[in-house]
Amino acid sequence: MKDTMPFATDDPNMLDDWLVAGAATPEPRTTRLLGETVRLWSDADGTPQCRLGEQPLAVQSRYGHFWVCPSGRPARPLFDFPEYGEPGRRAIDCSGIGVAVSGLRVIENFLDMAHFPFVHADYLGKVPHTEVAQYQVNIESATGEIWATDCRFWQPRASAAHDLGSEVFYKYRVMQPFSAMLYKSSSRAGELDAIGIFLQPVDEERVIAHTLLACYDDVSTDAELIAFQQTIFGQDKPILENHAFKRMPLEGRAETPTRGDTSSVTYRRWLRERGMRFGTRAAA
Amino acid sequence: MTMKLYDYPLSGNCFKVRQMLAWLGVAFETVPVDFHPGREHKSAAFLAHVNPLGQLPVIDDDGFVLRDAQAILVYLASRYDTQGRWHPADPKLRGQVAMWLATADEITRTASAARLHDALGYDHLDIDACRAGARAVFRVLDDHLAEQAANGLRWLAPATGPTIADLACFPYVALAGEGGIALDEFPALRNWVWDFRHLHGFIGMSGIFPAGPA
Repeated sequence: MKDTMPFATDDPNMLDDWLVAGAATPEPRTTRLLGETVRLWSDADGTPQCRLGEQPLAVQSRYGHFWVCPSGRPARPLFDFPEYGEPGRRAIDCSGIGVAVSGLRVIENFLDMAHFPFVHADYLGKVPHTEVAQYQVNIESATGEIWATDCRFWQPRASAAHDLGSEVFYKYRVMQPFSAMLYKSSSRAGELDAIGIFLQPVDEERVIAHTLLACYDDVSTDAELIAFQQTIFGQDKPILENHAFKRMPLEGRAETPTRGDTSSVTYRRWLRERGMRFGTRAAA
Repeated sequence: MTMKLYDYPLSGNCFKVRQMLAWLGVAFETVPVDFHPGREHKSAAFLAHVNPLGQLPVIDDDGFVLRDAQAILVYLASRYDTQGRWHPADPKLRGQVAMWLATADEITRTASAARLHDALGYDHLDIDACRAGARAVFRVLDDHLAEQAANGLRWLAPATGPTIADLACFPYVALAGEGGIALDEFPALRNWVWDFRHLHGFIGMSGIFPAGPA
């Protein structure tokens, strides 16, 4: 079957996984996935459907989104997102922003705290509060996910619900090469908001970034929460798109990490160990 | 009553109004509109009560409701700029400013549309036509600005400082890269973007960084 696979890659990291394909809406629509155009819809009974030409593709509807497995042979089940739909939390789709860069660049940026005071000044950071304190990074054996814990950063305005600066606690999680979550101090004491970023691979140098909030906020409107997330993401977008290499170099010394980049170092090693090729740049 | 701005943070047309209000020192509050993904600007309530054309921005200044970015700039400058710098009263300048305000609409139809295609999934748009149209209007701007520079002038209208003409044309030129349009072939336009970003009190938006220390 793999020989006849029409997609723009033969990397099993993409073909044998569940790839997000946009919000799960009933009306038929088309979207781009791994260089192909696929059609998606939900039947009257809610069963999701996906076609490439006439060929049906494996698809499921979870967390308000469609997830497609191009090969039909998923190597693992879709990751858990237990906070989605948890009582008391609001699930907000801040969806669908196209970014002209490899998805691996987007995830790496999502994991990075050092850029907060510069790229997200007055929101997620502010000079001179630039230090990234040491944090822990582990790979969870049961799921193979990367977890970064004990992260903290001083933020002037950590979310739509925050008016004042505060020390904010973070946890990060990488579930798939193209999907990650962060958990951060919420406006409700002792609880963490969850923010998922799921990247739809259009091709090796282009993704659609779907952002999903599962947060505690009794005050902000949906439009306010979406405005906040999109403001932040819109600040990252030109930085991401101006990378000298649109694809991520995994080998050699093309880019040198610093101590604050433990998450990035682990992410790149994790990608190397799984033989990631899609969205990477071959060593010179 | 405080002025209200129906706003979307990634909209360059809304930026024009935010920046004008910041420069004029007029207090306002924003009403965030879920433009994407919610398409709230096309909802029945928005069409009925805010703007029948289903577009942003819209302002409500103590009950006076006005739509269209360029119209709003004319109103704000006429009402709140006591020194008449942003919309000068000189007849020829006023005519030239109006000409560039109309050009700003052409930039929205082309460069902004290309960005909507690439960034917000407006797949029905003809992306090649959008980019070609943007390059055509950028060529006009670049030639004009080069000629201005040869005469010792930095801005679109031959006033001593920037006018609403510059503000109206600025954001979707500065954001052109997000629609896959490079500015390499428009050096005078790039210089003008640089000068504009360095104006005192420039606030920037997502995708357009303010210049200098944050």
